Amino acid sequence: MLTAAIVAILVTMLLALIRTFIGPTEYDRMLAANSFGTKTVLLIALAGYALSWNSYLDVALLYALLNFVGTIAVMRFFEYRNALEERDDPESAV
Amino acid sequence: MTAILELLSGLCLFFGGVLCVTGGVGLLRMPDFFSRVHASGVTETLATPLLLSGLLLQMEWSLDMVKVVMIMLLVLATNPTATHAMAKATLHGGQRPLVFPDDKDSVGEDSSKP
Amino acid sequence: MIAVAAIRLSDLFAVVMLFGVYSLLTAALFMDLDAVDVAFTEAAVGAGVTTVLMLSSLHLTKRWEALPRRNPLISLLVVGVTGAALVYAVLDAPGLGDPSAPVHQHVTPRYIEQGEAEVGMPNLVTAVLASYRGYDTFGETVVIFAAGLAVMLLLGIKDDPRLRPGESAIGGDQLVLRSVVKVLLPLILLYGLYVQFHGDFGAGGGFQAGVIFATGFVLYDLVFGEGSARAVVPPGWLHRLAAIGVLIYGGVGVYSLLAGKAFLDYSALATDPVHGQHLGVLLVELGVGIAVFSVVLLIFYAFSGRGRRR
Repeated sequence: MLTAAIVAILVTMLLALIRTFIGPTEYDRMLAANSFGTKTVLLIALAGYALSWNSYLDVALLYALLNFVGTIAVMRFFEYRNALEERDDPESAV
Repeated sequence: MTAILELLSGLCLFFGGVLCVTGGVGLLRMPDFFSRVHASGVTETLATPLLLSGLLLQMEWSLDMVKVVMIMLLVLATNPTATHAMAKATLHGGQRPLVFPDDKDSVGEDSSKP
Repeated sequence: MIAVAAIRLSDLFAVVMLFGVYSLLTAALFMDLDAVDVAFTEAAVGAGVTTVLMLSSLHLTKRWEALPRRNPLISLLVVGVTGAALVYAVLDAPGLGDPSAPVHQHVTPRYIEQGEAEVGMPNLVTAVLASYRGYDTFGETVVIFAAGLAVMLLLGIKDDPRLRPGESAIGGDQLVLRSVVKVLLPLILLYGLYVQFHGDFGAGGGFQAGVIFATGFVLYDLVFGEGSARAVVPPGWLHRLAAIGVLIYGGVGVYSLLAGKAFLDYSALATDPVHGQHLGVLLVELGVGIAVFSVVLLIFYAFSGRGRRR
């Protein structure tokens, strides 16, 4: 059952990856990357237990954190672009 | 006792895996960003505790169990926040959700996807 | 496959996302090769810090990649020849984990057999990093310091007058994000401390801990508005902290010199040599952690404070 769960996670990661490639807007890519990150946390936790990796939970915890920080950073980037464009040229605001 | 634990763990892993794949499929198939956010955000936030509980039930008593619980709590706290913030940022950035017009004249006409 | 996509896409933002994903997969690969500390550092730096920094610099330049103006054939030729040479060399190298490989013959058995006895800590990676190859790590720390120095000299920390401090990112009232981050921050810093001091036993050590610490402050800055982290930890402090980190490391070495032994010989630090090793590794990792933390945060300040280039 553990292997089945790991396979399910891998499939989901592939699906999220496809969305990262084809997502028409950047928001889609951001969402898909965040999703990919969360799945990776699960993958490391489950596969680490199954394959007896060393200190795998530390890495999983770290990555859960970094995924969050990365997503927030991406959103900040968008806002800067929009906010600065608005301020420089009010008509060009989205 | 171990049989019950194994059964519970297997159930948790199974449902977690199913939810995971459902979320992934939703991410690909939904027509609009906001529906995708909803699909992936909700399913992920439930699938993660399920999968991690499945793992927890299989582990032996050790410090690792506390770490797994911490990962679970962290994801439970940050995933909804990230989803909320993403949807808010997208809304603020100008995207609007896809809304099918409630057109009574065109019965049988397919709702259009842009 | 991800690397190919990253090269082919000209939307640089998507490329940054793909780089994050790529770094993540590399970290998983390292885990599979049983190199946990490397995976840790790769995840922390590649997926966290690098993504944030690349996004900040992307914000300063154009979003779309300019078309190459020169003929790419020559570059293709150079890359092709170098790549072929590398592959040819790799074919000749001993297999992974081959016990008769030269790298496993001389120094490595000594590390493995006597490492735990001599240095007294279960994590051999930290033992090799901080004790057996201490000079090397000192050099790395100085390199990190030099990188921070270079960024400071080249970019400096400016305040863009168009970005008012305290003004925030995601539109509107950000109550949810702020409350969650307020609760998370102390936990992140605590985790950084755990990684720093747990490096003796599990994966961890100074580099990873410094990056995690800096990530906490970066998160604070991202969520609570531009310049908020600068109000909490002014760049002046960070300049001094970076220097202090390197000085701690060098100081341990000099102290050993003054005590009559070789540079960075930790047995000079205490009466019992194993105790000395423990103390030495602790101090040295602390120096590394402090230096990495201040440099990463300084680089973040330098990149994030600049406005859009016209």
